[in-house]
Amino acid sequence: MVAMDLSEMEVVYQHPHALVDMYTHFCPGCTHGVAHRLVAEVLDEMALSERTIGVASVGCSVFSYNYLNIDFVQAPHGRAPAMATGVKRVLPDHIVMTYQGDGDMISIGAGEIVAAAGRGENITVIFINNANYGMTGGQMAPTTLPGMKTSSSPNGRDVEQAGYPILACELLSTQQGASYIARRSLHDPKNIRMAKKAIRLAFETQVRGLGFSMVELLSTCPTNWHMAPAKAVKWLEEKMIPYYPLGDYKVHPTISELKV
Amino acid sequence: MARELWKGNEAFAEAAVRAGLQAYFGYPITPQTEALEYLSARMPELGRAFLQAESELGAINMVYGAACTGARVMTSTSSPGTSLMMEGLSYIAATEVPMVLVDVVRGGPGLGTIQPSQGDYNQIVHGGGHGDYHCIVLAPSTVQEAVDQVYEIFDLAEKYRSIGVILLDGTIGQMIERAEMPPMREIRKEIPEWAVRGGTGSNKRVLTSVHLVPEDMEVLDLRLIKKWQEVEKNEVRFTEYYMDDAKIAVVGFGTAGRIALSAVRTARTLGIPVGLIRPISLSPFPYQAIKEAAAQVDHILVVEMNSGMMLEDVMKVIKDSTNVEFYGRMGGIMPFPDEILSEIQRIASGTTPSDIHPRDRWLKRMESVVDF
Repeated sequence: MVAMDLSEMEVVYQHPHALVDMYTHFCPGCTHGVAHRLVAEVLDEMALSERTIGVASVGCSVFSYNYLNIDFVQAPHGRAPAMATGVKRVLPDHIVMTYQGDGDMISIGAGEIVAAAGRGENITVIFINNANYGMTGGQMAPTTLPGMKTSSSPNGRDVEQAGYPILACELLSTQQGASYIARRSLHDPKNIRMAKKAIRLAFETQVRGLGFSMVELLSTCPTNWHMAPAKAVKWLEEKMIPYYPLGDYKVHPTISELKV
Repeated sequence: MARELWKGNEAFAEAAVRAGLQAYFGYPITPQTEALEYLSARMPELGRAFLQAESELGAINMVYGAACTGARVMTSTSSPGTSLMMEGLSYIAATEVPMVLVDVVRGGPGLGTIQPSQGDYNQIVHGGGHGDYHCIVLAPSTVQEAVDQVYEIFDLAEKYRSIGVILLDGTIGQMIERAEMPPMREIRKEIPEWAVRGGTGSNKRVLTSVHLVPEDMEVLDLRLIKKWQEVEKNEVRFTEYYMDDAKIAVVGFGTAGRIALSAVRTARTLGIPVGLIRPISLSPFPYQAIKEAAAQVDHILVVEMNSGMMLEDVMKVIKDSTNVEFYGRMGGIMPFPDEILSEIQRIASGTTPSDIHPRDRWLKRMESVVDF
């Protein structure tokens, strides 16, 4: 067998520098890890780690600060966009991102996210939508689908009583201050690649000072959905995507012309 | 710098600017709003950060974010707004990032009244947010003191990585009187070691209040209390008037203390041996000064614009041998000097020691003044 000289080979894929090399504490089949990796790859590609400050939220999302190899602060439940605003206003040359779940961002934090988008706050929001409150054990979230069973909607979400899901991309894209709003899914490799491109464009939006950017990532929660990981992926594709259509909801002209 | 006429809210705002304020986040609420308005012009003029937040929740969390970068940062609000900020204050206390809050207090509970009050004493001095933490709290009685205390409290907050609060009665926020502004300080250039700035690998910093392992949480809790001991040792502030030969001591802070001083001066002209202790740091509280006064005088009269919140702190260190009396006005009503003078005269003419709590005796007396 001939020894290969690795030093002369081109590196085409490696562990991102912006992702901490550690064991995951997330449940099997959870897509938080995929989202972390995509953010880390984008931070590497754009060489942003040294000037990025992350804002963690409350819920399973909070531990993004353990996995992403950048400075982080941690906000009270729902308040990450406000905290990010405080960071950005004193460090306008830095890149500021929040990483928030659905209960955090569009339930308790609905006020803060709408205000930040309306202001055109030049921050990037990574929004994980897995249709339930994961960390507290799978309660109904504003994103829980009609009829979907959770620990606090045991007979399925009754829209007569609990109302309808809040559609974050549709809502935020109506704000003049928003410059990049997109929804992607993490259920298969093709969609994961598309999600990465959207995350890249969101950060490109911020780097160019164009205003508020947000990427919603449809994500799995096999534990609280009471499904094996493979079934959870299929459920996401079949049930969540029809309710939460994927696509670009708002793209600033400068960004739509960008090739990445 | 000459003495000029300043409105309290604008005066403390300018004092903060001169202390090197780098960012201000606030939300309109009476009787504090002039501070927000003043800074909305003043901060951008100096190239510093100003933002009117979407709510007090937004404002305190913007402060939290800015504080994590090591910037000198402040917000100001009034009582209902302070209630909304309590969540953020607890997180900020746990993360040990310095910041300053000016609470221009109005009458409550609820939406209450926009008139001055001292009803936020408990929520500011004894916490209000969840968990074990303390804030450094100073209470001015004049516009000049508001200026001086705001100018100083940034240093205290940074020294102890703590929350500094100015408990400003609505009176002082709204009144116009002479004040001299301190010199303009340079904006701090150096970034504190703990502050986030963008770092990776071994330079990565995480500022969080999450400590899921109880042993870790307990270490933080114990450390916060230990730090507070240092504050208690070093930062107690109060002032005394006519206490040398006093047999009656009036204790009052802020506006109540200032009005009480008028009453004390009049009582002195009537030959009554009365003095005044005015706590300036409400937290840490001047327990020792109260204790020493109690050993000297026969009576202590606590005067507040609430139902006797500080009274409880005074009574903590007083033995039964000293008679304690209380007089308070509430709901946005300030006591007139004559009302306090009457209390002093009543006490001087001889009161019968009683086992009934001073608040209960006061409430009984109030029945003849107010129909409730």
